[in-house]
Amino acid sequence: MNNIKCACGHENPEGTVLCGNCGRPLTAEAENQKMVDMRYEGSARRSQTYNKTVIDKIWNFFSSVRVGIWLIVIILVAAAIGTILPQVFYVPAVTETEIAAYYERVYGTFGKLYYQLGLSDLYGSWWFQTLIGMLGISLIVASLDRVIPLFKSLKKQRTRRHESFMKRQRLFGIGENHLKDETLVKSEEKLKELRYNVKRENGALLAEKGRFSRWGPYVNHAGLIIFLGAVMLRSLPGFYVDETMWIREGETRALPETEGYYLESKEFTLETYDKEQTDEVFGEAIERVGTIASNYQTDVVLYKNPKDALPGDTKNLEEVKKESIQVNHPLKFDGFSVYQMDFRLDELRTMNFNLINKKTEESLGDVSIDLVNPKDLYDLGEGTSVELLGYYPDFSGIEEGEPQTKSPLPNNPAFLIKMITPETPEGETSFVAIKQTVEPLGENEYKLAFKNVETRDVSGLTIRKDKTLWILGLGGLIFMIGVVQGAYFNHRRIWIHETANGEIAIAAHTNKNWFAIKKELDQVTEAALLPRYIDQQDIDSEVDKKEGESSS
Amino acid sequence: MTLVQISGNLLFFAFVCYLLATLLFGGAVKGAKSESSASEKRWGKLAIIVTILGFIANLGYFITRWIAAGHAPVSNLFEFTTAFGMMVVGAFILIYFIYKTPMLGLFALPIAIIIIAYASMFPRELNPLIPALKSYWLYVHVITAALGEAILAISAVAGLIYLLKHVDVTKRTKQRFWLEAVMFTLVLVLGFVASTTTFSLMDYEASFSYVDKEEKPSEITYNTPPLFGMNEYVALTPNTMEPLAEMPPLVNAKKLSTVTWAFLFGTILYGLIRLLARKSISALLQPLVKKANSSLMDEIGYRAVLIGFPVFTLGALIFAMIWAHEAWSRFWGWDPKEVWALITWLFYAAFLHLRLSRGWHGEKSAWLAVIGFIIIMFNLIAVNLIIAGLHSYA
Ligand code: HEM
Repeated sequence: MNNIKCACGHENPEGTVLCGNCGRPLTAEAENQKMVDMRYEGSARRSQTYNKTVIDKIWNFFSSVRVGIWLIVIILVAAAIGTILPQVFYVPAVTETEIAAYYERVYGTFGKLYYQLGLSDLYGSWWFQTLIGMLGISLIVASLDRVIPLFKSLKKQRTRRHESFMKRQRLFGIGENHLKDETLVKSEEKLKELRYNVKRENGALLAEKGRFSRWGPYVNHAGLIIFLGAVMLRSLPGFYVDETMWIREGETRALPETEGYYLESKEFTLETYDKEQTDEVFGEAIERVGTIASNYQTDVVLYKNPKDALPGDTKNLEEVKKESIQVNHPLKFDGFSVYQMDFRLDELRTMNFNLINKKTEESLGDVSIDLVNPKDLYDLGEGTSVELLGYYPDFSGIEEGEPQTKSPLPNNPAFLIKMITPETPEGETSFVAIKQTVEPLGENEYKLAFKNVETRDVSGLTIRKDKTLWILGLGGLIFMIGVVQGAYFNHRRIWIHETANGEIAIAAHTNKNWFAIKKELDQVTEAALLPRYIDQQDIDSEVDKKEGESSS
Repeated sequence: MTLVQISGNLLFFAFVCYLLATLLFGGAVKGAKSESSASEKRWGKLAIIVTILGFIANLGYFITRWIAAGHAPVSNLFEFTTAFGMMVVGAFILIYFIYKTPMLGLFALPIAIIIIAYASMFPRELNPLIPALKSYWLYVHVITAALGEAILAISAVAGLIYLLKHVDVTKRTKQRFWLEAVMFTLVLVLGFVASTTTFSLMDYEASFSYVDKEEKPSEITYNTPPLFGMNEYVALTPNTMEPLAEMPPLVNAKKLSTVTWAFLFGTILYGLIRLLARKSISALLQPLVKKANSSLMDEIGYRAVLIGFPVFTLGALIFAMIWAHEAWSRFWGWDPKEVWALITWLFYAAFLHLRLSRGWHGEKSAWLAVIGFIIIMFNLIAVNLIIAGLHSYA
C-alpha cells in the first residue's frame, strides 16, 4: 500500500481525501473545492481506492449509493405495476388455464398481456426476487464500505485542525480575539452547558455531541438485512407452515403439520349487528349498507394424542384447551396459530327418509343417512332393510348410465338404493336425489320418501407456524432503533482555535439540522465574543448574488 | 344534544378556526416587512393560538366520537380522512414550535382544510366494526400511520413554498407547468366538494340495475347525474338523465361519473379563478412567499421527512404487519394498500439517500417532497377508489 504523507507528518492510507490528523485536503480535487465533503470524514474507502479486479468492480458497483437508489426506484416501480390488476392469489381461479381465462375474460386484451408477461404473479417472479436480493447485497456492501473507515477516523480526531480544513467548513468565521485567554474558557463553559463533550489542547478546542447518531444508518441497514434474511429463511422446510382446513360442527380432525394435535369444532357462530339494539348509534349505517357482520367464531376444543398412540388412533385424546377462535383472535399453541378465515353455512349433514308403501302410504320405518359417513346397510328390523348401492354427494347428472358427482362435498346428495321388505325380498332398486326419484328397473312398490334434512356449519381455518417471526421482529426493532438514532439525533462538532497570528477561527459541522447548530453556535458566539461566522451554503444569499449578477 | 351531535359541532368549530387561522397567518406574512418583524410576531402568535384552539376542538371531535361509537373513529373513509386532516394540523403545530414560521401555516392549514372538506363528502354516520377491524391494532396502526403521513405532508408544504418562490412563473418552463398542475389538482378536490355538495343539496338519486363483471345482476344508486352508465344498465328511477355512454363491466360508471363531475366543477372553478385574477394560481400566490427564507424551507422539508419517516415506518409497515399477522394470518399479503404503503416508504428512502449522498437539496428536494405527498394522497384516495383490496372501507 502506498501511504500518503501529509504536511503535518501524518501517514494516511491510500485513497484518503482529508488528512486523518489535521484535516488538510490531500487531493488536488479537494484542494480546489470551496467546501470539503465531510461525509465519511474524507477517509479512504475501499470502493474509492481500488478498481482493478472483478471483485473490486463488483464491490464498487454494490457500494454505490447511485446503484442503491436505482434499485430502490426500480423495486418501487415494479411494486406499483403489480397493483394495476389483482395478483393471481386474489383471483377466483385455480388452474393455470382458468387463471389465464379469468384475466382475459375480465380484463380483456390488457389482462391477457398482463398475465402473459407474468405480471399477475409479479412479486413471486424470479426477477423481482433478484432485485430484492441485489438490494440486500447493496445494503451490506455499501454499509461495510463506509462504516469501518468512518469509525476509524471519528475515533482518532485531533483537536486542532488545519486552517485549510476550517475554512472549507460550511459554517466558518475568523476574526479578532476579544477575550484573549478567556475565549476558549468561556466557549468551553457555554458548550458544556449545551451538553457538548469538549476537548482542549494548546489553544484549540473541539466540541462534539451525538456522535452515536452517525451509526444510525448502519444500524438500520443491519435491521433491514436481518429482516430480509428472515424472509429468505422462510422458504427452508420446517420454518414455515401454512395449511388450511375445513372443519364441520361436531367433527374432530387432525391438525395438519402438527404433532398429534386434534381439533374439535363445537359450533360455528355468525353474528350480525342487531338494528334494534344498536339503533341509536349505528342504525343509520345499517339502514344504508344492510346487515353488517359483527363476529365470526368457531368454538373449538384442542386435543393432543398421547405420545405412545398410533397415528390415526383417536381414542385416548387428551384435552388441551377449549377456546373460541375469532377473527383477530387466533388459537395459539406450541408455536402454531389457528385462524378463523372462512365459513360455509348450513352444509347438509343428515337426510331423513321414510320407507313407505306407495299405495297404502304405510310406513315401515325411518332411514337417517349421515352424508359424510353413510352406512352400507340400514336395518329396519322384521326383514326390512335399505341397502346403499351408491352414494353421490354432489350429484351432477348421469353420464353413460352412471350417476356422476362433482365433488366429495354433500351439496346435492343422491343415492342408489335397494329396498328389501318382507313383501319384496328380492329388493327393489331406486335412485333417490333431491326432489326426484328414478326407478331404473321398472315400477316399484315401495319408495324412500324424503322427510327432512339436518344441517351444520363448516369453518374454514388456517393453521400457521412461522419460526422466523422473532427474527423478523428483531430486524424490525433494530431498523427502528437505527432510524430513530439517525433521524432524531445529530452529530455536531464545533472547532475553535487561536491562529498563528493571534486571531480566533471557528468552524462547525453537523450531519443534519443546520438550523439547530447555528442557534447553538450563536449562543457560544455571544458568550465568548467569537468572530461572526458565515453560512457558506445559504441558498438565499446565492440566489441574491445570482440575481445581482444578472441585473448588472 | 347527543354525543354524536356534539362531536359534529366540535369538528365544525375546528374547521372554522382553521379558516380563521389561515387568514391570520396571511396577515402575519403580509404585514411583515421582513421575516421576524414585530408585526409578524404579533399576528403569528394570534394565528397559532387560533390554530391550537381549533386543534383542541378537533381532538374533542375525535374523542367524543370515539366514546359514542365505542371504537376509535378511523374505521371508514370519512373518519380516516378527517383524522388525517387533524394530524396534518397537529404536525404543523409541532413543526411551528421548532421553526416559528407563519409562512408554513399559511399553506399547511388550507391543505388541512381541503382534506377535511374532502372527508366530509363521504357518508358520515357511525358504523359498527366488521370482525376484521375489531382489534386494538386497528387504532394503533391507523393512528400512527396517519400521523407519519401527516408529518411527511408538512415536508411537501415546505417544498411547495420553496417552489412557489423559486420557480420562475414568467417563463414557459416544465417547472412552471408542473407547479400549476399541482395547484390545479388542489382545485379539483374543491371541485369534488362543490359537485358533491350541490347534488346532495338537490337530494339527487338515481337507481339502475346492471350486470356486474362476474356476470351477475346487480343494482346501484347514483348520487350524481349519471354521465356514464353501468354495463347493460336499466334505469329504475323514472325521469333520470340518460347516461351519455355505457361502460364495460370492469368500470364502475358511478365512480367515473362522480369523478367526472368533480373534474367539470373543478375546471370551471379553476377557469373562474384565472379569469378573475388574470394570472395562474402559482403567480397569484408568489407574492405571498417572496419573503420566505429558502434555506429554512429546505431545512423544514428535510426535517419533516426525518421526523415523519420513522413514525410512518412504525405505523404503516411494522404495526401493519403485526396486525395483519393477527387478523389475516400473514404479516404481508401484497394487498394493493399494503404495496402502496411500501411504495411510499421506498420513495422516502430514496428521497433521504438522494439528499444525503447525492446532494439533492433545494429545488430537487422540494419537488421530491411534493411528489411524496402525491403518492400519499394517491394511496388514500385513488387506491380506495380504483384498486380496492382488503382495506377498502365502506
Ligand atoms: C429500502 C431500503 C433502504 C432504507 C429504508 C434505507 C434507509 C436509510 C436511512 C433512513 C438512512 C439515513 C438517511 C438520513 O439520515 O438522511 C440511510 C443512509 C444511507 N444508506 Fe440506506 N436505506 C436503504 C437502502 C440502501 C441501499 C440499497 C444502499 C446502498 C447503496 C444504502 C446506502 C446508504 C448510505 C451510504 C447511507 C448514508 C450513510 C451515511 O452517510 O452515514 N441504503 N439509509
